[in-house]
Amino acid sequence: MKDLVVLRVVARWNIPFMVVFGLYVQTHGELGPGGGFQAGVIIAAGFLLYGMIFGAQELRRIIPRWVTDIAAACGVLIYAGVGFWAMGNGYEFLDHAALNPANPGGAEPWGMTLVEYGVGLTVAAVMITIFNEITEGTAPEDEPVNKDYDNPTEMDLPRR
Amino acid sequence: MLDFLHDHYNYWVTIIIMMIGFYAVVAKSNLVKKAIGLGIFQTGIFLFYISIGKVDGGTAPVKVMGEQTDVVYSNPLPHALILTAIVVSVSTLAVALAIIVNIREKFGSIDEHDLNHLEAEQE
Amino acid sequence: MIPDQLQHQIPALIVLTPLVLGLITALIGRRGLGWWIAMLASLLVFAGSIQLLIDVMHSGTYTVSYLMGNWPVPYGIEYRIDPLNGGVLCTVALISAAVTLFARRSVASEVSRDRLHFFYAVWLFCQTGLLGITITGDAFNLYVLLEISSLATYTLVAMGKGRDRRALTAAINYLVLGTIGASFILLGIGFLYMVTGTLNMMDMAERLDAIYITWGTAEPQYQKTVLTGFAFLFVGVSLKLALFPLHTWLPNAYTYAPAAVSALLAATATKVGAYISIRFIYTIVGTDAAFRGAIPTHVFIMVSAGMAILLGSYLAIKQDNVKKILAYSSIAQIGYIALGFALDNKNGLTAAVIHIFNHALTKGGMFMALGVVAYRLGNTRLQDLRGLGRKLPVSMGAFTAGGLGLIGVPLTAGFVSKWYLVTGAIEAGRYEMAAIVLVGSLLAVVYVWRVVETIYFGKRDEGAPNVQEAPITMLVPMLLLIGASIYFGVDANTTSWIAEAAAETLLGVQP
Repeated sequence: MKDLVVLRVVARWNIPFMVVFGLYVQTHGELGPGGGFQAGVIIAAGFLLYGMIFGAQELRRIIPRWVTDIAAACGVLIYAGVGFWAMGNGYEFLDHAALNPANPGGAEPWGMTLVEYGVGLTVAAVMITIFNEITEGTAPEDEPVNKDYDNPTEMDLPRR
Repeated sequence: MLDFLHDHYNYWVTIIIMMIGFYAVVAKSNLVKKAIGLGIFQTGIFLFYISIGKVDGGTAPVKVMGEQTDVVYSNPLPHALILTAIVVSVSTLAVALAIIVNIREKFGSIDEHDLNHLEAEQE
Repeated sequence: MIPDQLQHQIPALIVLTPLVLGLITALIGRRGLGWWIAMLASLLVFAGSIQLLIDVMHSGTYTVSYLMGNWPVPYGIEYRIDPLNGGVLCTVALISAAVTLFARRSVASEVSRDRLHFFYAVWLFCQTGLLGITITGDAFNLYVLLEISSLATYTLVAMGKGRDRRALTAAINYLVLGTIGASFILLGIGFLYMVTGTLNMMDMAERLDAIYITWGTAEPQYQKTVLTGFAFLFVGVSLKLALFPLHTWLPNAYTYAPAAVSALLAATATKVGAYISIRFIYTIVGTDAAFRGAIPTHVFIMVSAGMAILLGSYLAIKQDNVKKILAYSSIAQIGYIALGFALDNKNGLTAAVIHIFNHALTKGGMFMALGVVAYRLGNTRLQDLRGLGRKLPVSMGAFTAGGLGLIGVPLTAGFVSKWYLVTGAIEAGRYEMAAIVLVGSLLAVVYVWRVVETIYFGKRDEGAPNVQEAPITMLVPMLLLIGASIYFGVDANTTSWIAEAAAETLLGVQP
């Protein structure tokens, strides 16, 4: 689809904003609506748009499979790591008071923020992995798209 | 009667959406359509959960700083639960699609009737 | 011996160990490391669950509770262990450890090498889900963990595609039905949440009790909501449990999955489903509403269970693939478990709990014996098993001993559970159910004998490939489970002590 000027330009303009908005949702999560899940999906949506416009292989070139694999696992390990940190210090699993025993209430947002960053990382990586899994093995980019709008082929016509 | 319909409209919507999805799961023979049906079916349940979290006159459950204290909030718990359930639903869809892709490779079809024939031949 | 601090954290660690090690397997499990990590996780979990069960049985109240994140009870997720789920937990952990040991050679012959570390990662996630369902005291947490284990299970079944492509259709079938079941469970939990406003199981049970007092007076709409929720829950769990009319996904999923996966699923997944049923009927909704309310659920369960026993055994007789014989036999055995908890008395419940354990041992061992056959022969068709008794004496001996357990011959574990079951049925005045149990045992004689006869008295075809006994890592776990099933048939004191304690806590009898 990368030969279509409109799509390419719109995507080029939109993707940075999508990713930045995702980061905003992520960092803003403990104060307002938002958090890791939403942020992860929004960030991943930016990359998936890139993958759809420029082809799945192009996406895999800029974000290889091993990066998403490691990111997905690291996100969960951050989440679990926060919990294990609490456990190691004699608290229950995921008791964020362990992060700042002097001020347990103040430690709560810190714990939540860390956990949410883990969630965001994992969700974004897993969404991209799912996209890769499904597009892998299919014909590489450039599915037949007819650019000659005056003479549509059968594929471009709405199915009756 | 009309009041009964009107007062419970969230349940009616839930039931209708669930049944649309369920119909697709039961009646369609294309496996991708079945997977989509499952998604619609689960969406109905999500709407059900979200609608039961609504409190009359309640506002978004975000703490209002420094203003009056008698604010009524909607129940945020069902939303948080459904966020998890949506993730589960997306994962299910992903697993389903991955299996369907494999079926297409091994059998050359994703139509249930064809698959039944192909399996019967293999016996 | 174990530091107090560590002992206190065991409930959380039981679920977290396979989860975290599963992720690590996915990351660095290449070059055969995957199996070692999975084995390590299974052993740790098994040790932890035994320790936990000992703690539960020796605590005065028969409960151990763990608060996730130290949130107080109705607000946070509580892990709550009593004799029932302590026992199921040990069953799941024991089977997982044994089958993981078995899986090394078996899976290597059925799953392609570059996929092995993914297989073991998913394998550990499946264990995470099953252990989590068992241990959690939070209804919604149960749903999430149920889906984790189910998604892992669909993937594991689909990995049988290398040997037989029908594994894929079995997996998608299982996925569609399993997802519908899980959605029903979600909906049922939603209804109960609407009425009670809580998700903690014990809290939910208390609030439902308070609501039941008002039944028949004011607010009758609560009654409808609770019963609708329970109906959804029950149908959903029955799908996961493969109770008779909802069993259609089971035979193919068990037959075409890799051998180790069949053993794990047959021995744990449906057993955990039975646990969920017992938990929802007895602890949360309560038998007054579930059995003696507007819907006599126990009659439905008994009819389903009776049909499961008779038709499952009958269909098992008609199969030509030994794995399918065992799959249909599993449907019948699930009928025994369901019948046990539908009887609503102590002996019936004891039978259900003890049969969860006994059948897990027996079926796990038998599926492993078939795994050996598949490993050596490449398939498990009945005609190919002719005369294997002399070629594979140990595995086929174990298979036969397991078969005797399915029939319920005295001195096997199956006899203990059937004894409790028949006693319970007679106590409840359900003589026809006692008769069905006996008829089911006779049918079991037929399908077990059909295989045993083929194994020992059949003649091997001329020119059939020469086969040898399986490697030691496959024989040891198989003999362990079958040996345990015989040991617990001879000396049933430990198992019946735990099962009776579970039944007493469920029925509200003070210990």
